[in-house]
Amino acid sequence: MIELKSVSKSFGTMVALHETDLCLEAGKTTALIGPSGCGKSTILRLIIGLLEPTTGTITIEGHRVSAAEILTLRRRIGYVIQEGGLFAHLTAGQNVLLMAKHLKRPLGEMQTRLGELCELTHFPEKALSRYPVELSGGQRQRVSLMRALMLQPSVLLLDEPLGALDPMVRTRLQDDLKEIFQSLQQTTLLVTHDMAEAGFLASRIVLLNEGRVVQSGTLDDLRTRPASDFVRDFLHAQRGLTEV
Amino acid sequence: MKSLSILLTVLAFCSTAQPQPIMVGSKRFTESYILGEIAKTALRNAGFTVEHKQGMGGTIILWQALVGGDIALYPEYTGTISQEILKTKQPLSTDEIRGLLREKGVGMTGELGFDNTYALVMQRDRADKLSIHKINDLREHPELNVGLTHEFLDRQDGWAPLSARYALQMRNVRGIDHALGYAALANGSIDVKDAYSTDARIAENNLIVLDDDLHFFPQYKAVFLYRLGTDARAVTALEKLAGTLDTARMTRLNAEAERTKNYALAAAVYFGKKPEPVAGQLAGKILRWTWQHLQLVGASLFLAIIVGIPLGIRASRPGPISDFILSATGVIQTIPSLALLALLVPLPFFGIGPVTAIFALFLYSLLPIVRNTATGLQDIATAVRESAAALGLEPQAQLWKVFLPLASRTILAGVKTSAIINVGTATLAALIGVGGLGEPIISGLNLNDYSTILQGAIPAAVLALLVQFFFDGLELVFIPRGLRLKQR
Repeated sequence: MIELKSVSKSFGTMVALHETDLCLEAGKTTALIGPSGCGKSTILRLIIGLLEPTTGTITIEGHRVSAAEILTLRRRIGYVIQEGGLFAHLTAGQNVLLMAKHLKRPLGEMQTRLGELCELTHFPEKALSRYPVELSGGQRQRVSLMRALMLQPSVLLLDEPLGALDPMVRTRLQDDLKEIFQSLQQTTLLVTHDMAEAGFLASRIVLLNEGRVVQSGTLDDLRTRPASDFVRDFLHAQRGLTEV
Repeated sequence: MKSLSILLTVLAFCSTAQPQPIMVGSKRFTESYILGEIAKTALRNAGFTVEHKQGMGGTIILWQALVGGDIALYPEYTGTISQEILKTKQPLSTDEIRGLLREKGVGMTGELGFDNTYALVMQRDRADKLSIHKINDLREHPELNVGLTHEFLDRQDGWAPLSARYALQMRNVRGIDHALGYAALANGSIDVKDAYSTDARIAENNLIVLDDDLHFFPQYKAVFLYRLGTDARAVTALEKLAGTLDTARMTRLNAEAERTKNYALAAAVYFGKKPEPVAGQLAGKILRWTWQHLQLVGASLFLAIIVGIPLGIRASRPGPISDFILSATGVIQTIPSLALLALLVPLPFFGIGPVTAIFALFLYSLLPIVRNTATGLQDIATAVRESAAALGLEPQAQLWKVFLPLASRTILAGVKTSAIINVGTATLAALIGVGGLGEPIISGLNLNDYSTILQGAIPAAVLALLVQFFFDGLELVFIPRGLRLKQR
């Protein structure tokens, strides 16, 4: 379970996130959605400690996110970003294994895990020896996902993981992600700006605007009982969704 | 490894050389080289082990080296001693000079005989055409181009007081190297230059000495300056040289040295002996110079890498310390090499020798390495930076496992730039007697002899190319394959 209590974040006079309380249920997938600059990525970066909150506290499974604990916490969190953030000097396999090797995990265990991950993410094992520049955009995201899952984290954070992919690849990866979320049952937080993707992958949707949570619930809740004109307009703007 | 071998050599020099050889210094012009060789031979004949550090620099460098104990003696001129070293306004007698020098722990031998005063010279035909025979005549020709050595431009008995005394209004005055000045005089780019009255090139190049009709130039009698602690038998051997070199004889020796391009031979002629056969063929000499050169470059580059990369890592983070590191390494780069050597030589640990040369080269090598390391690290994309942190890697591990490998291409490019520049700059080592390919370049400049210059310049250029190829090869080893591949 991840809990944000009275968490806010300002950069100088600019408020990125107003005081927010948010609770993410263990084992469930939650989607953060909203227009650009609404504060959704800020929440993700606060949870993994890349940003420090201006006020409030964040706890992950009872452990407070703090400088002293951050390394331990980060090793229990998988983090995937839009462009993958792969390290260009390492092969796909080396990217996935980097952290496990750093922690001196047994070699056999690492190899077995790598095989499992390839199967789980539908990544061809023979492509593990390729460098990031030799992979397609979709393959890079699969490698990034494998890297995030390598240490069997209890929390998975995904920041627009499919944002830069073309529609065909994107749909295929959405199917794969759904399968993975269902089989792993981790506490997952997905940032996206695509309501259909949010509805497809997440059991709960949190809609943000201008640094505040506007409404949270299932896609159906948002569609049938919008809390404000903004919610209605935001759903309407997602072409095709209202006709479903 | 190269640096290690140089360090060991230096240590070996410091600890095992028994008895300590007497170090003779000389300034960067033919006559000083010859006088240094004469002193070396005289002392060797008296049974001493002697080393001659040829052409170490100008007055200040030699004087500092003498006072600092890097050398035991060097040839100097009375006019220079009173004007530049003792900085007196009125002329001093020989005894007065000797007394003032003793207070500084320095002794002076008797005068060798000749008077090598400064003089202004012109091409004979040009002077005849303009009917200039005396310095006074220059007043009628303020349009003439004057090319002076930098030392003469700045000396207390140099250009400024000379023009004041003669009320000269020359409009075009610039500084030019002594040896190059003769070439400039010959092709007409300058009309007037300074020279020494015993300079063999005055007769050789058909120049005339302008008459010092107001007797401005003080007397420049040649003597040897030595440290007062020097062995009394050595001083006696030097004193025996007093009064043995008149102007005609000195001029002849200067001419001999320039003709044969061999200072030791000129000294041998003074002692009336047949010269020893020239040791070593050209190829052997070039190999030796190249090897010395490589050791200097290797040692200084190695130091620059182990200091420069950490500095660059620190400078990649924003803040005042980084600004300071980058500006400081930049400022070092603007110090001319001669000035840097002049600053280092008087310092306790440095003096004349490989340590000073390596340290100067090390300083010059820092900028490209520091700057490229900082830039390479700053250029890493935020997404990659945050991914490394989000994985849970400690800051040190982020640096070693991710950031440095990603910046390796830029860092190696900085090291390569440093290495190539260093090959060129290392020629300065010859100024303080450390050898390398600068040795033929500097003596060639002094002798105005292009073939000697090329003996150093061509191998240096080839070396720069080889260093470049070497680093191109190194890229295959040090830059991860993933960074060398083209985007699909």
